[in-house]
Amino acid sequence: MTNEEKYINAFTECFGVDSSTLNADFVYQCVPSWDSVGHMSLIATLEDVFEITMETDDIIDFGSFTTGKETLGKYGITF
Amino acid sequence: MIFFDRLEDFASAPAITDDSGIRMSYYELVQKSDFISSQIKKRTLVFCLADNSWESVAGYLGFIRKRIVPLLLSNTLNLESLNGLVDVYRPEYIWLPLNKVEGLGIGSEISRLGTYALIKTNYQQDYSLHRDLALLLTTSGSTGSPMLVRQSYQNISSNADSICAYLGITGQDRPITTLPMNYTYGLSIINSHLCAGAEIILTNRSLMDKGFWELLRKHRVTTFGGVPYTYEILKRLRFAKMELPDLRVITQAGGRLNPTLAEEFAGLCHQKEIRFFIMYGQTEATARMSYLPSHLALSRFSSIGIAIPGGEFWLENETGDRILESESPGELIYRGENVSMGYARHRFDLERPDENHGVLRTGDIAKRDGDGLYYIVGRKKRFLKLFGNRINLDEIEQKLNELGMDCACTGKDDLMKIYVTTLTEASLVKRTVAEFTKIHHSAFEVVPIDEIPRNEFGKIQYTHPSIL
Repeated sequence: MTNEEKYINAFTECFGVDSSTLNADFVYQCVPSWDSVGHMSLIATLEDVFEITMETDDIIDFGSFTTGKETLGKYGITF
Repeated sequence: MIFFDRLEDFASAPAITDDSGIRMSYYELVQKSDFISSQIKKRTLVFCLADNSWESVAGYLGFIRKRIVPLLLSNTLNLESLNGLVDVYRPEYIWLPLNKVEGLGIGSEISRLGTYALIKTNYQQDYSLHRDLALLLTTSGSTGSPMLVRQSYQNISSNADSICAYLGITGQDRPITTLPMNYTYGLSIINSHLCAGAEIILTNRSLMDKGFWELLRKHRVTTFGGVPYTYEILKRLRFAKMELPDLRVITQAGGRLNPTLAEEFAGLCHQKEIRFFIMYGQTEATARMSYLPSHLALSRFSSIGIAIPGGEFWLENETGDRILESESPGELIYRGENVSMGYARHRFDLERPDENHGVLRTGDIAKRDGDGLYYIVGRKKRFLKLFGNRINLDEIEQKLNELGMDCACTGKDDLMKIYVTTLTEASLVKRTVAEFTKIHHSAFEVVPIDEIPRNEFGKIQYTHPSIL
């Protein structure tokens, strides 16, 4: 599985959405399932699949599908 | 004198600061509060859609000061549930955010203040409110169930005084909100700090929001509370590495904190010189019944501690006798001035007097150790705590049954298991329950089985191996 696929899967599984909805407008709280609980589950999933440990600021800054990729870039995950 | 009647004594001391930067002294807060309630007669029922804003706090205080009885509801409650409650309780007024007024479609706006409006409904009260009744809270968060807890002025006052005493709250404290105001634990933090003349930082932001931490640092917050799920988040956010020099006290309630996490936080707080309080309570006891003294947090992290000042615990066996020996489990019974008057299921219940007489059967099974500390070991009632929300398993079963789904609900805190017959589609069940409870779908696991195990009377056998 490519990093892109892993990344998309994390979102579709955590938020119960279709991959076609994932774009720059897919941001924190844009769907009811991306609440604080959903956010926790997304971070936990991403840390698991990419085998990384994110810093506090990166976790709370992780605000959108698009900018999230840049954040993961800091941990050596490339798309 | 009850604390909310003497708030003006704190005069120019800061009372609240909200997210938008609005800051108010106690004097100003009292002015605003009393303005909101000025057009309403005392002994009137008012619904309040609460959030952590100054308008919500001022509405609550204004009503309670004038002996108007508020029902605090979540402002995330959907319209259908809200209308259902309005039908059952027929409040004369509703205090709610302006952006909810349009969808409401009943009554007319008679005044507004800040981002809230006061709506007069078309109802005339055809029932009376008992003279001791001060406040109504829901028992199950946002499901819209009409079952309410009736709290008296005495209840609120004695619990706030007691909490102030054992936590050592002073006017120098600056708490930040982490829980909804309509939730008994969230409200108890607001009440106990107003009681001490402290400054409360109000925000609706979650711990996952950068803005929350900016507020916390900017206002040099000294304390906050959390449900078990809050502590999961704090761990995930690397609380261990955070620099929080002003934080003095953190508290935990709203369900059992898993012992591994409890031990970890007890250790971290010890290193950081933060006092960590594990506590226990229920809406039926206004909020708080016990606390573990913070110096015992490291060694007794799985205990709920001792009864709060003025309260008393004991254990009873199945025949109703007191258990005197230690380490022997029984139902936890509490006695104190904070035990609520009882439940209401209908507006005519609001005239009823105190039915508990200061004694609450908690429904939790506990044991006491040789030092007199209490430990919860199980539950008599069928409730789970999902991310801090108390969910009645029977109510979920009923709801799904109404929709034609045969099911049995069990599980543990933060993970409800819903057993369904293979005829029912699992994803639909999950979505339905998540929408009904307003709780994230990851809290529910749907397990298909051939048949729901029942006895000859049709009662579900929760001890049957197929659903254990």
